[in-house]
Amino acid sequence: MQEKLSLCCSGNILRKTAGLSLTAMEETILETKNLRVEYKAQKKGSGKRVAVKDLNLSVRAGEVFGFLGPNGAGKTTTMNVLLGFVNPTSGAAFLFGVNVREPIARRRIGYLPELTYYYKFLTAEELLRFYARVFGMPSAEAERRIDHLLKLVELESARKRPIKTYSKGMQQRVGLAQALINNPDLLILDEPTSGLDPIGRMKVREIIQRLKSEGKTVFFSSHELGEVETICDRVAIVHQGELKVEGKVAELIEKHQTNLEQIFLKIIGYQASS
Amino acid sequence: MNTIVAICGIVIKELYRRKDFYVLFVLTAIITLALGSVSFFNDPKIARYLKEIVMLLIWVAALVIAVTMTARQIPAERENRTIFPLLAKPVTRGQVIAGKFLGCWLACGLALAVFYLFFGVVSGAREHAWPVLNYFQGFWLQWVMLGIVVGLVLLGSVVFTAPSSNTTITLVIVVGILLLGGHLNRLALQQAEPFRTFIYTIYFLIPHLEWYDVRDLMVYDHPLVPWVDCVLATLYAAVYISLLLVGTWAVFRRKAVNV
Repeated sequence: MQEKLSLCCSGNILRKTAGLSLTAMEETILETKNLRVEYKAQKKGSGKRVAVKDLNLSVRAGEVFGFLGPNGAGKTTTMNVLLGFVNPTSGAAFLFGVNVREPIARRRIGYLPELTYYYKFLTAEELLRFYARVFGMPSAEAERRIDHLLKLVELESARKRPIKTYSKGMQQRVGLAQALINNPDLLILDEPTSGLDPIGRMKVREIIQRLKSEGKTVFFSSHELGEVETICDRVAIVHQGELKVEGKVAELIEKHQTNLEQIFLKIIGYQASS
Repeated sequence: MNTIVAICGIVIKELYRRKDFYVLFVLTAIITLALGSVSFFNDPKIARYLKEIVMLLIWVAALVIAVTMTARQIPAERENRTIFPLLAKPVTRGQVIAGKFLGCWLACGLALAVFYLFFGVVSGAREHAWPVLNYFQGFWLQWVMLGIVVGLVLLGSVVFTAPSSNTTITLVIVVGILLLGGHLNRLALQQAEPFRTFIYTIYFLIPHLEWYDVRDLMVYDHPLVPWVDCVLATLYAAVYISLLLVGTWAVFRRKAVNV
């Protein structure tokens, strides 16, 4: 814990993180209780498809939490519930102790979707100004925050260019900047490095590590298990909507005596064809 | 309110950064100037015909702008997935609807103001008269009418999946009301029951957009509409707009955005 606190660099963040007691650091930021989501099946007469089965998760303050699973495991659905896009069939989800059905629960979060598309007729700074306004930020503070974020995501030189002229990596970074506009305490990232080249991935990873060092809570899904192993404190692996395992990365590796990728394949029951 | 204003600002930015408005404006201007430069049959009252044509063009262009711009708002947010980062903020679906409505309505107002300015300049240059109050009443009533149209299209955009079906259906309804809405009561009188009641019900349910068509006021220099009537027409529109927005919100709040 001391190590984590000492990593903080900026004065503001240092005050914020250093002020947290041990209990506060263990405060539950994100929680799901018996969360169940059912969809109507595409085929007629096929009944309902269960996307998430009675999921119980909890993420504590300051953690980087990896939410893993193969495609169709229910990761994005869970995130959609957390963000209020989809209502759960039963159970509940909470952010900072507030039910996600209340828009106020999203006041302290930042979200980066898997595929980032933004208003293409806007420039990066206009887009950030728009989101700052949504949060009711005073304009002087918003401008300071926009400058800081564009510097953080290395888009200062392109700030006045329309987003439609951006490369995929640049769009992903502007997405990350919009997710950080309100200086959120919790970041929900849906496959943040998906489709990026190695440099783009490294840049996004560096930003996540920096946020981690600033004491932010990060909840993210990814298929890049090497990356997850490097960044995450804890992981949860879901398969067919069910939570298969949840624990600290180091403990899982020690227990299974192999890397996270092998643990993941074993848990989801994958058998390589010889 | 901040959120609604922010969303509204995005809609207005979209209007002036897209080509639709400029295309319609340039088209109207070219037709008007071409007509204005020709002297038909040496008729000194040709300016009236010219004004009539320009007003018709303005009505058509304003309707096209209002319908096409509003019809794509919510579907484009879903298709481009911009709705996800937006709703992931502390933004309610009601605020999205209110912001979109306000943005589309104000954008229509801006476009309409440019058209009316052009109309005023062309007409003033030909007739050397500037009946500003007539223009203001014409502009205001048309803008208020466009508010009902925007509300109607917004409701259509959460009911119909494709913007093209919404555009077609709404345009048919709006043009139908403008052309036939005022005659439905007379038509009802000529029918036997139960058609009479049915047509009367439609007559009393539809928003009477034709009441807002005061083109003659500007073309033939008719006396001003009493201001009380303008206020009542505005209130009448406000009631319809509110009903349409509540309906839109009721449908949109139940819709899963990830579909």
